[in-house]
Amino acid sequence: MIRRRRPHLRWLPVLLCAGVASAAPAGDPIRGASIYQRCLACHALSYHRVGPKHCGLLGRRAGRAPGYEYSAAMRDAGFTWSQQTLDAFLAAPTQYLPGTSMGYAGVRDARDRRDLIAFIAGASRDTARCPPAQGSEAQ
Amino acid sequence: MTAEQTHRYRSDASATSRRRFIFNSLGMTLSATAVALLSGRTELARGAGTHTAQSPAEDVQILNTALAAEREAVAAYQLGAESTLLTPPVLKVAIQFQGHHREHADALAATIAKLGGEVATPPASYAFPVETLHNQADVLNFAAGLERGAVSAYAGAIPLFANRDLSNAAASILADEAMHWAILRQALGLDPVPGAFFS
Ligand code: HEC
Repeated sequence: MIRRRRPHLRWLPVLLCAGVASAAPAGDPIRGASIYQRCLACHALSYHRVGPKHCGLLGRRAGRAPGYEYSAAMRDAGFTWSQQTLDAFLAAPTQYLPGTSMGYAGVRDARDRRDLIAFIAGASRDTARCPPAQGSEAQ
Repeated sequence: MTAEQTHRYRSDASATSRRRFIFNSLGMTLSATAVALLSGRTELARGAGTHTAQSPAEDVQILNTALAAEREAVAAYQLGAESTLLTPPVLKVAIQFQGHHREHADALAATIAKLGGEVATPPASYAFPVETLHNQADVLNFAAGLERGAVSAYAGAIPLFANRDLSNAAASILADEAMHWAILRQALGLDPVPGAFFS
């Protein structure tokens, strides 16, 4: 009986960590800035590149930054970017939104995603990184 | 980064914590995948969550996104080369790297065509942060950012391809971009290879 339980107990620390991770309020934007290096082949904060700009992302409807040509999947996604939707998308973009042209496996680690989102949110409020003309369309 | 920070063989506690600090500050802590691999938890390492492309059409979409990034890199090196900010030896390297990106772009376009896909038309122009490029270091930093991103972009594409030959080809491009990144960091006076894992 006891033996049988062991495999479950092995997962206990993992589950506890996951619980702590999702309960933690805010990510670390400084660490998030270095995670953002992974996005720099395709994205910039304040201008469109291969992927759309990220200034003003939180609160914006998915697939709706003016002047960027999205895939049909993203254009018709119908949700708004929040901590939750961004976290789910970034974990596995092509799984969360089949048909997206963001051909990228995703950011596996929950803490990495939280910090990354904190960085994007913080940058959007920083007029040096995101000049008002660029970020204001979020509201 | 100072020379002191590149000392790798000291094993006392302070060096270890300094290394950890450097790794953390660069976002290079062991990824969940690496940790899972190293601890033998292969069910996690295998990545239950990865959604692989189901068809050549999805592969073509991934290839077209990679192609767009390679074309932009070619244009970015062109901008650097024409900036007159680069010294002759650095210019020579920049032109060589640009040539690699052009070869990547050509290979990607040829593969898309071979798969029966449509090669996306390149944009008429690119938005580059020209106002932030004042000297050679600015240009090298900008290029290093693109190369660092490219390593991640290919690392993120490799698990997705339905056709494993494409994963293989993407890995060979990734290797080239990683070398570019290291050389650019070296030229900037930074530790050229600041970690053991990059995702
Ligand atoms: C290989 C290139 C590539 C990489 C790498 C990449 N993206 Fe993207 N991203 C895209 C493309 C292309 C789109 C447009 C997707 C579509 O239209 O389906 C996109 C779209 C997005 C969107 C939707 C934005 C909107 O306006 O609705 C978000 C959010 C996003 N990316 C975040 C990220 C983050 C964060 C990273 C780094 C972890 C990243 N991306 C890495 C290419 C990339």
